[in-house]
Parts: sequence; C-alpha cells; structure tokens
Amino acid sequence: MRRKDRTYPILVGLFLLFSGAVFFTPRWFSFLLTVAVARSLVVLGVVLLMRAGLVSFGQGFFYCIGGYVAGFSSNAFGVTDAGAVVILAALGAVVAGAIVGLLLCNYRDIFFAMLTLALSMILYSVIVKNPALGGSDGFNVPPPTILGISPEAVDPRVSLPLFTFAVAFLLYALAHRYFLSGFGYAGLALRMNEIRLEYLSLSARALVFLKYILAGVLASVGGALIAYISGHVDPELAYWTTSGEFVFIALLGGTGHVLAPLAGGVVFEVIRSYAFDLAPSLWQMVLGVILLLMIIFMPEGLWSLTERFLERKRDEAAP
Amino acid sequence: MKPLLETRGVTKRFGAVVAAEKVNVQVREGEVVGIIGANGAGKTTFVNIITGYVKPTSGRVLFDGQDITGLPPRKVIRKGICRSFQIPQLFPDLTVEENLLVACTLLNRPFGKLLRPFHDGKFIERVEEALEKFHIKDYRHEPAGTLPQGVKKLLDIAMAMMGKTRLILLDEPTSGVAIDEKFPLMDTIVRSVGRNGTTTIFIEHDMEVVEHYAERVIAFYDGKVIADGETSRVLRNEDVVSFITGSIPTARREPADADS
Repeated sequence: MRRKDRTYPILVGLFLLFSGAVFFTPRWFSFLLTVAVARSLVVLGVVLLMRAGLVSFGQGFFYCIGGYVAGFSSNAFGVTDAGAVVILAALGAVVAGAIVGLLLCNYRDIFFAMLTLALSMILYSVIVKNPALGGSDGFNVPPPTILGISPEAVDPRVSLPLFTFAVAFLLYALAHRYFLSGFGYAGLALRMNEIRLEYLSLSARALVFLKYILAGVLASVGGALIAYISGHVDPELAYWTTSGEFVFIALLGGTGHVLAPLAGGVVFEVIRSYAFDLAPSLWQMVLGVILLLMIIFMPEGLWSLTERFLERKRDEAAP
Repeated sequence: MKPLLETRGVTKRFGAVVAAEKVNVQVREGEVVGIIGANGAGKTTFVNIITGYVKPTSGRVLFDGQDITGLPPRKVIRKGICRSFQIPQLFPDLTVEENLLVACTLLNRPFGKLLRPFHDGKFIERVEEALEKFHIKDYRHEPAGTLPQGVKKLLDIAMAMMGKTRLILLDEPTSGVAIDEKFPLMDTIVRSVGRNGTTTIFIEHDMEVVEHYAERVIAFYDGKVIADGETSRVLRNEDVVSFITGSIPTARREPADADS
C-alpha cells in the first residue's frame, strides 16, 4: 500500500518556484531563501545519518572544508568557476571523510556524536591559530563565474541563487533516490538492529563509513555555496554551535522524507530573521523555546504535519 | 560421506566459566538435529561459535570442508549458514514485508549493488513466497515490533531463510510461545525449512517437540557433549535423564493438525 511517489515532480516544481522567487520577490527574501537552501544541504546530510541512528554534532567540519575549498580555489589557485569548485568541495569531503571515517565507523551513539564534534573543533583551532589559513578573521571570497558566465555579465545576486537551487535540488533528487535504495533501507535497519544487520551479511561499519562520507559531501557542497553567497569564510563555519544549528534544523524539519530538511531549513531561516529583527537580544531564547515546543509536541518534526494531512485525506477517501 | 558441518575440539572459556569443552560434532547434509541441555549448558554458545558471533578459545569449525573458525557472522552467512534467535531479532519499526525485503536484499545482493531500488520486483516475489510459506501473510503491513510472539519467531526464521541457506541454526524456536501453539509453529517451520532439504539444527527445551521433530539429538551438559545419536536412544540415555530431562519419555503427544 505504498503511496504513489511524487517527490521528483515536487522537486522540479519547487525548483521553478524558488527560481521564480529570485525575480519576483524582494532581494532580502531571495537571499534568505538561498542561504536556507544551501544550509539545508548540510541538514540533509545530518538527516541521512539520523535515519541510520547516528547523530553528528560535527557537520561543521565538512561545512568548513567546503567553504575553504571555495575560498582557496579562487584566491590561491585561480579556480573561479562555481561548478568546478562544487565538485572540488565534494572531492575534498570524500578524501577527508574517508580518512576520519575509518575511525568514526567504529563508534555509535554519544561516542560517534562527540567524536564528530571533536574533529570539527580540531579543524576550528587549526584554522584560528594559522595565519596562512586566514586566522580567526577568515577571508573574502570573490563572486565566482558560474558555468562560464562571469559575474560582470549576469548579476551574481541572480545567478548565484539560481545555481544554488540547481545544485541543491539535483542533490535532493539524488538523495531521494538513495533513500529508496537498498542502502537507504539498510540505514533504517542499522538504526533498529545492528546485530541482525550483521547476520544478514552486511558490514555495519562499512555502511556507517559510507553514510558518513555521503553526509560529508552534502555538508561540504553546502559550505562551498555559502562561501559564495556570503562572500566570506571564517573558522566559525567549523565551530560547534554551527554544527548544533544543523542538528536543530534536522529536528525542526524531521527525518521522514528528503524534503523535510528543506522545510526545516526555510522555516528556521525565517524564524531566525524575524526573531533577530523583533527581539535582537532574545532571538536565541526564541529559538530555544521553539525547539522545546517541537520536541514536546512534534517530535517527528514539521514533516509529520504532511503525513498527518495525507493520512486524513486517505481516511476521507476510504471511509 | 563428508559432513556438512564439523567442529573439532571446540573450546570456549569466559574467564573461569567453560561454555564449551572439546566439542566434536559432525552433521551430515539434510539432517534435522535437536540440541538439548539445561540453561547454561553451552547450547547457545555452540550456535554462536558456529556463526562467528563468538570466537572459540581453541578448536576449529569446518563447513563443507572449509575452515570458518573465527570468521565474522557476515562472512559465515555468505557461506550458506544462517540462524534464528531466541529473542527474535527484527527491525521493529519496519513492516513484516519490509523486514523480509531487507533480509532478501542484503543476503542476495553484494554491497556495491545496494544502490539499486529497494522495491525490486524479483525480490518482492520471493518475499511473497516467504509470506505464504510461513503463514504470515495477514501481518504483512504491520510493524514487526507489534506482532504476537509466535509470528515474531516465524518472521525471524523467515528472514534468516531468505539467502542461499544450506544450514540453519534455530535457537529455541518455540520459546515464549503458548504450549498449544508450539506444534503448529514447529510444523510450519519444519515444513518450510525442510522443503529445501536444508540441514537444520535446533535448540529446544520441550522434549515432546524434540522427540517429534529431531532425527538425532545432541545433549549438552556443562559445556560438554554427553550424548549424541538417534533421538529415542539419547532421550533414554541415563545421563541425559538424570542431568537434563528428568524423566524417560512415555506418552507421545500427537502433533497438532498439519493443515492448521
């Protein structure tokens, strides 16, 4: 009794809708939307791990790697095309993830969470203490050419959001395909019963290793996009509160579907902007209260609203 | 004939406790063997050693002539050995159908090909067969965590059987199941497992069940094999009676109707 899957058309529809917003909504709003979408890619990685029962409090590690890959590519190596840089950022995450993943795949639960956090904090300190990496101030990232189109030809405030949406929605579609694959279900199985998984001939460690790298790639690509969007990178990208925010958004959106982190990301960005605007000194409290309410009343995240809605509709259709 | 499974001098110590001591067992292809013994006699340790969950302190395990001593469970499973669990090991939030589909996918598809869609027609057909064979079709859309104990047991075994199984080890298939359901449950298990000529080793406390379904019995006491042979002979063995069963089997209960 599986529902007909309409995720791909919905993703295309959302891409068109978001792209339209770049032309028909105020600049501040399309900027906010772009930031939300780029960051939601990192959250998608967090969700990918959460579905397998793993919580990473250190996605800032990859987020930062992606950002700095973008920064150094244009500032030091003259690679200024966003398309190439996104691929470089993904490769960087694969390399870094494969190295630290060998250690991490042996750990679960709180140990996994704390190790990821530790790694991100190590990266943070390395950058802060190292002037060659920009130190604690970081450095600016000039606007990139986008698939050959220079920022002089097309306003980057238009081209960059469009590029971000294209990359993000492509990755969302791939992630959805992944969730529906054998790997996706093996992840759910890993969360529920690791012993059984081993007795079904699957190496849980190999699975964790793979998922950690994939989540890292998503975070790194998100970081590279954010570097261009904000025009700046600094070690704050790897700081633990940044990683914490991604977990926050994951909880806000839920883990039930590939679109949940997107919903969470957009809602989070809107709440934060308004909270910051209306109560500059209390915005963190506003976020805290919202998280509290979410955990109490909607532990499955915002996405559970759509599930409830669909269920009601089905009940009405078949009385 | 070469035995399918052979243990040579398998010993396992947990600190001062000897869970298995020089266990030498040979099982031929197609045999149905019952394992009996009091709690702590080393029955589950025996299963755990064969499936690689526990490494023996010394001794060797051979399967089809190959040394599989110390291989991890996932590699042992690939050789064609599978097991069920005393406490069913399921994926509680997934439905019965999804549990079987996960089992079928993972047992029949190499790691590198898991990127293919999970709902694969070829595997769904096999899941359909298993649902039918194990009489659990009515539960297909229910989460495994909410099932009655007997159904959990069946699902647990059905999952283990989704690969290319040559030897199945059943750890107390009828434990936790109401007395009047034990025989129908065993009937279902033996019929669906035996149909493929799969060699079966089962641990069991209920001697009526053992007597009815096992062709051969291995009795464990204190980590040692104290009797091994044809079922009725072992159950009448003096040591077995005094250490394990407490009585000589007398009246034989008729199994429940085979069609139920």
